[in-house]
Amino acid sequence: MLPQRAQTGAAAAAESGAVAAAVPGGRDLRLDLFRGLALWLIFLDHIPSNIVSWITIRNYGFSDATEIFVFISGYTAAFVYGRAMRERGVIVASARVLKRAWQVYVAHIFLFAVYMAEISYISTSFENPLYGEEAGIFDFLRQPDVALVQALLLKFKPANMDILPLYIMLLAAFPPYIWLLLRRPTLALAASVTVYILSWQFDWNLPAYPSGQWTFNPFAWQLMFGFGAWCGLGGAERIGSFIRSRVAVGLSVAYLLFALAIVMTWYFPHYSHYVPQWLADWMYPIDKTNLDVLRFAHFLALATLTVRFIPRDWPGLKNNLFRPAILCGQHSLEIFCLGVFLAFAAHFVMVEVSDGVVMQIAVSLFGIAAMVATAALITWYKKIEGRSPGSRSSPPDADLAGGEA
Amino acid sequence: MRATFIALIGTMLGVGTALAEDNSACAVAQSLVHADFALPHVANAIHEQRLEIAVVGSGSSALGGPGGQSKAYPARLEAVLAERLPNVAVKVLTYIKPRQTAADMVKEFDSILADLKPALVIWQTGTADAMRGVDPEEFRGALNEGVETLRAKQADILFMNMQYSPRTESVIAAGSYEEAMRFVALQYEVLLFDRFAIMRHWSEMGTFDLFATTKKTDTAEHVHDCLGRLLADLIVEAAGMVEAPAKEVH
Repeated sequence: MLPQRAQTGAAAAAESGAVAAAVPGGRDLRLDLFRGLALWLIFLDHIPSNIVSWITIRNYGFSDATEIFVFISGYTAAFVYGRAMRERGVIVASARVLKRAWQVYVAHIFLFAVYMAEISYISTSFENPLYGEEAGIFDFLRQPDVALVQALLLKFKPANMDILPLYIMLLAAFPPYIWLLLRRPTLALAASVTVYILSWQFDWNLPAYPSGQWTFNPFAWQLMFGFGAWCGLGGAERIGSFIRSRVAVGLSVAYLLFALAIVMTWYFPHYSHYVPQWLADWMYPIDKTNLDVLRFAHFLALATLTVRFIPRDWPGLKNNLFRPAILCGQHSLEIFCLGVFLAFAAHFVMVEVSDGVVMQIAVSLFGIAAMVATAALITWYKKIEGRSPGSRSSPPDADLAGGEA
Repeated sequence: MRATFIALIGTMLGVGTALAEDNSACAVAQSLVHADFALPHVANAIHEQRLEIAVVGSGSSALGGPGGQSKAYPARLEAVLAERLPNVAVKVLTYIKPRQTAADMVKEFDSILADLKPALVIWQTGTADAMRGVDPEEFRGALNEGVETLRAKQADILFMNMQYSPRTESVIAAGSYEEAMRFVALQYEVLLFDRFAIMRHWSEMGTFDLFATTKKTDTAEHVHDCLGRLLADLIVEAAGMVEAPAKEVH
């Protein structure tokens, strides 16, 4: 996921021309590949009671596809808007970032409309004396005015619709960060870490409706985005020699095995006795809302191994096998939204038709196929419109240069 | 574990032929009921032949309609335990209010425990919190506080998590609340009755059709009957572990 330079130690080059240095041979396909895979995993995880979701990484470690997705989005956003800021200045680049935030907002509201349609339909056919309590979830339909206003304010976020609001906030706050990142990258990263620590210290988060707070705390998750951005603007070179060292690889493997062992005790509680009490007291809860340090470290370990074993110029990246995931990763906002919709639809089919294992596998495969087909269609459309990824004549396009949703 | 299981099967067979059919449906999910921790106060109460259990919960611990109360799992638990423990006076009292969150319930604990001294509190929670989107961190805090309050009053605790409700699964994000209950249960060594997994298993095995749109109460009553039976199994098993401390568990 982090860019790998052909030669290491060229710190000066990295400082002066981070963007150029980071892309010796066009775009880093690893970013697209892993973001595409993350989109698939998020889709699979969003289908409730889906046997296929057992393959997703959240079942084998602390972090999940969300970390990958947010990191890569920060990386590509810094890459695209960092270049824009160098070439066109702060105002133009900031305007582009905010335009992108607006696009994500519109996409989120569109998804909310789809959600409302689905839930309204379900509520009319939901009657079962066993589920009197659960039927209360439809109560908000009696007050659509409140629900809609709270949704527009990004406070009311139904199940599985928390990631886009996080993005909107991250993008809205991105211009000053990237400004600092271009001048004093270490200071920028330190600021990001500081906000993260303060959010833990003082329980910063944004309020949600009807109660509680944001599921993905933007003050905490900005660290993942900010770290991605830092890596995208030359930070990866600075730590490159360390993350490819034997020590880093060894530590990563050890930590991933440790996380795997811990996670296994969640599924087989009989083995939880082997987790020492002091460790459990220190470790639990592993907080997703506030991006627990253990989750962040788990992502770092995964990223370290990825960078070590999949170099940027790995010929396999051009293999047709990876093409579908890469295509999806190149149109992340559209495919993400489609994935949320398809997860609703898949669950709907499972409820109305069958929820058997065959159906679970079928809707999972069909959903991924639909995501790939849509991504291919968008690629084709943008190509005939003359805005292909390789085209250098047009201004940087957030979608194609990696986007950030 | 296996020895206890076989003993339980034996007990179940002894209950009577009239219930055999019901038992076979319930037993589909038997493997999901683990006595991970013992219930010393219950063991003590059984020894003293007087077992009082309090069920604190929200709407899904009750059934509506005429006679709903006698068909809901707390009443079924009382009946099955009374059969299972013929020499013990078994009483199950319910403190059920719709839409109660875990924090709401914790506030009630003191007044509940002032009235009676239950050997066991079955704490059914999570659904209301998930529906309202209570901060999972606060939910976990309420669980911790509740466990400490109940422990201080010399009561054993048994958590019961949410129902498996396939039609609302994509709408109610229960995952983090379910996880919180699992974590707190492990942390404090509290028994967890995994209602969600049990009901999902019944659904997958076709034991019960939980997708149905219906006004009929027969499936709901059958489900509650089975929940009561499995709870009784779990309580008897966990109380039995006190005499033979944990030799099969580890």
